[in-house]
Parts: sequence; structure tokens; C-alpha cells
Amino acid sequence: MGKKILLDKINIPGIKTYEVYRENGGYKSVEKALTMQPDDITDEVKASGLRGRGGAGFPMGMKWSFIDKKSGNPRYLVCNADESEPGTFKDRYLMEYIPHLLIEGMITSSFALGANLSYIYIRGEYMWIYKILEKAIKEAYAAGWLGKNIKGSGYDLELYVHVGAGAYICGEETALLESLEGKRGNPRIKPPFPAISGLWANPTVVNNVESIAAVPWIVMNSGAEYAKIGLERSTGTKLISASGHIKNPGVYEIEMGITVEEFMNSDEYCGGMIDDRPLKALVPGGSSVPILPAHLIYKTAAGTDRLMTYESLSDGGFVSGSMLGSGGFIVYNDTTCIVRNTWNFSRFYHHESCGQCTPCREGTGWLEKILWRIENGQGREEDIDLLWNIQSKIEGNTICPLGDAASWPVAAAIRHFREEFEYHVRFPEKIKDRNHFVIEPFSKVQHLVSKQTV
Amino acid sequence: MEISNIKQEIHITEALMTRINELISHYPADKKKSALLPVLHEVQDAHDNWLSVELQQKVAEILEILPIEVYEVVTFYTMFNTKPIAKYMFEFCRTSCCATRGVEDLMDYACSKLGVKEGEITSDGLFQVVGVECLGACGYAPMLQLGDFYHEKLSKESFDTLIEDCKAEKITLHDK
Repeated sequence: MGKKILLDKINIPGIKTYEVYRENGGYKSVEKALTMQPDDITDEVKASGLRGRGGAGFPMGMKWSFIDKKSGNPRYLVCNADESEPGTFKDRYLMEYIPHLLIEGMITSSFALGANLSYIYIRGEYMWIYKILEKAIKEAYAAGWLGKNIKGSGYDLELYVHVGAGAYICGEETALLESLEGKRGNPRIKPPFPAISGLWANPTVVNNVESIAAVPWIVMNSGAEYAKIGLERSTGTKLISASGHIKNPGVYEIEMGITVEEFMNSDEYCGGMIDDRPLKALVPGGSSVPILPAHLIYKTAAGTDRLMTYESLSDGGFVSGSMLGSGGFIVYNDTTCIVRNTWNFSRFYHHESCGQCTPCREGTGWLEKILWRIENGQGREEDIDLLWNIQSKIEGNTICPLGDAASWPVAAAIRHFREEFEYHVRFPEKIKDRNHFVIEPFSKVQHLVSKQTV
Repeated sequence: MEISNIKQEIHITEALMTRINELISHYPADKKKSALLPVLHEVQDAHDNWLSVELQQKVAEILEILPIEVYEVVTFYTMFNTKPIAKYMFEFCRTSCCATRGVEDLMDYACSKLGVKEGEITSDGLFQVVGVECLGACGYAPMLQLGDFYHEKLSKESFDTLIEDCKAEKITLHDK
């Protein structure tokens, strides 16, 4: 059993309620924080090495230290609970089953940043969790952890939940702030960064749910203790959302540094492949990160064990690696069609593009359409290079990273599974049924492609 | 069902107005517009789950903003409906993880069982099948959203039961 710090109390009956949460040591980090200097809390978070858990992996303490405390403008902490990256459902689990942990983290973190008004921005589809959080916040107010002069410290904090309405783009922090201001979720041009000009043009920090939920432990046990968990620059634990063709899909807290092979096959985690079918591909960090083919999952190109860390999953760059991202771990077996799956992702990004930047608005549509025609037996040999060309022209040419996120899965699919695209183009009669690889896995027909040259 | 000429009756009840005012109070007094998304959810839930232009104008009035500021938001976010929808709209997540676990076959089954194509409303106005993008339930696939709630790890059998429960009015759409 690896160390657990977020979900260690998840099995205590009634932990959802304030009373049980409090009886089990809840809100102690607030008591402790209120006796500390706010900047000392930031220093502890810095020392912990905790990296943003939303996907980008930016050091959280450093992000906090950028907040403008000099201007005297009101400061805000906004929690990003707009979890929408395909393959990711960890924040939801945490908020649904242990909501007070997030609220405790919000209070401690707001105190460190000197924020007197904070928000949790939750995606609209998680409507029932919105209600759970509202109820938990009411309980926290009633117990004196929120409001004026918290526990006689002189510190005031108002905390509210704000609900979105169905837009992946609002997970991007500046789009999220626009949405919180009651506008369309169009990302802002940076700089200025939110730490200087964020919500209502005031200094703002936006952090993921899982990041904020780790703060109480760090305050109670110190940043140095947190940094001892995990491996090298991947400190701490990480929530992994596991889905796809595995025996035990679900949310797992892992200590960073375990091998991908252990996570995949141990009964404590994924439990191996469903029906014991062969593993074909893995998306280790949510739909935006490059897909890995079977031979690069358990071992890196250099032949070392692939580990569940930021560094190891990205070992080999985009040529032979991927990214930890948000920890959306999607497993595919040999019945999966990579072309269809890539089309599915492209449809997602096309639907979710906000439309501000031409390369993304138009490019994602092109990707979707071309992938659709390949998947439906109308593809042309030159389409594969056309896809490559389009994705390379979106990447890096947009205001926010959605453009990159739309490009990378297409690039990786072509890089590692080009033969499957060629098979679709050359044997349209064999892919008429959308479950073509369920009927006859690609490994059985691959020889047809290698025999044919153009 | 003919939906092009449906007029929406607007009822901003006292209870609804109390909730709207509570939501407005979550933001600084000069930032009323910030309450737009949460207010639209409440108003839509209280009006058969859709927002006519007239209703959007009403929201603009309440929040003291221009109608266009409401309209541009309503048309941006997928959860706001600008046309009437079925009483029970099954929103199937169709993104990769759910597709991997058979949502496409399940949607075909749902459509054929209800005798509709994707997006269409049954002639009694009760049911509708639509495909939506990732709902964050990837480990519990295939699944659908109905009102405020998720129905997960679905099979043809559990979908049949869900339809029966809807017909028997055993399903709560919104938790108020």
C-alpha cells in the first residue's frame, strides 16, 4: 500500500458530514495556519514541491508567490473544479466523498494568499456535487470556519461555489475567470497573468481541486515531509482516474514513482486487462497527451522502467514519451480502432474550441472531417500527411493550449499507428462496420498493409 | 413534436426570486453580472429546461445587463437550451472512454427502442436521445446524464428500467 494523504480517510463512514470530518482531525490545518505568517505557509508549499494537479504541473508555491500583494487590490483564490479533460474524474470523486477536505484547503490557502473572497468554480454537469459543496460550506459557516473573524483570528473569508454550464474551455484559467465574470469562456491573452490581473482585474490565483486538497496535509506536516513522498521532482501523491479496458476502473491515489506496470496490473489498482485481452495503447494523462503504443508503455525507448512520474512519462519527449497531465489514465485493448478514437478526440476538441483563434477554430474542424472520412472508408493516401500538416499548424499558434491539446493526440496517433491509417485508406471494404477491430483486431490484418507499398 | 412556435410562459415565482437574490449576493454589489450562469441554471430549471429569448430578456432585466450579454452566454454554453427539449432528455457521453465501453451501441439501442433518431423528441414529448462530450464519468462508462443526475455503468437492461422509471414518474430531474 502506498502512502495516502488525500483519500486516507475516504472509507470512514459519514466522512462527508462536518461532524465526522471534524472528529477525524478535520480543519486542524486552519487552526494551525491562523497562528502562522501567511508567507510562511507559501514557503511550506514551495518546499513541498507540489506541482499543479490540473494538468500543467506548474509548481504551486511559485504560482502563489507571484500574486501581487503590493498593489493593495483585493486578492482572490479560485478553485478550478471544471474537470472536463476526457479520462479525468478524480476531482469529482474527492468533492463528492470528502467535500470538507477541499473547503479546509480553500480556507488555509486563502489565508496564505490574503484572499477574503474565494470561489470554487465547478462544471455545470456536476450539479449534484454543486449541491453537496453548498451544503458543506453552510456547515463550515455554521461551525465558524468561514465568515467574519474566523475563530477570533481577525481573518475574514467568504467562500462560494460558482457553477459553469458545459464548456471544456473554462478549465483554462483565464477562460474560467471570464466565465466567473458572467461572460463567454474566451481565454485571455497573457500577460497580464491572473496573479497580477485576474478576476475583475484583481490579483487572483487559480488552482486545481486536488492541489488545494493537498495543502492541509502540507500545513500540518511541513513541506519537507511532503517532499519525501514520491520520487525526485515528482513529489507527493497523485490521484489517477483509470478508465477504458481494465478490470477495475476508478480513482486511485498513488505515491508517485510506482511503475506503470504495477499500476496497470496490481489488484490494488487497475487489476489488469478486462477479459485478459492484449494491451494496445495507453493515454496516461487525459485526452490531450500523446497516446503510447504497447511497446512504450512499460518501458521507455531507452529500456528503463516507465514510472508514474512527470519525468518518466515524458521521457523520450513526444517521439517516444507522453505526459502525466491530469492523470486521466485511459487503457485500450486490441479491439480499439486508433483512427476512430483519434476522430472521437478531434470531434471533442472541435466541439469545445471557443472559436477565438482561427487555427484552432478551423483546424479542429478539418481534423475531425478528415479523420471521419478515413474512418468511413473515403480516405485518400495523402490525407495522412494532410492531417500531420494541419495539426502542426495549430500547435503553438493559439492564445490558449486547447490548440496544442487538439494537435498532440493526432500527431501521436500518426507517429505510432500510421499503418492503421494506411489500412483504413487501402481497405475501405474491411472497415465498414464501426466495430471492425472487435470483429478482427488490427494485429490479424496488419500484414496486408506491410505487403502493399504505394 | 412541432416546436418552432412554442411560446414560453414566464413565471418568476417568489421562491425563484429568493434563490436568484441569494446567488447575486455571492458577488460584490457592482458585479451582479457574475451571477449570470448560476441564475440561468435556476431560471431554466424552473421553465421546462429551456430559455426563450423573452425569458433571456427577463434575466437581463433582473441582472441589470443588456439582453445581448445574456444571449451571447446562452449560445456559448451547451447546457443552456434555446429550444424546448423533451421532458426526459438522455444525454449520453460519447467521448473516447465511454465509446470504448460501448456507448455507441447503447445509443443505437436507445434510439431504436424509442423510435427516434439522435436529437429527435418522441411524439409524446417525453423522451430524447442526444450525444454529448465528456461528462467526467470515464470509469463508470457507459453513462448518461438526466437532469441534475448521472446514471452510470449502463446496460440495455438498466436503460430499459430507467425508461420505465421515467414513465412511472419516479425520476427527479432537479434537486431543489
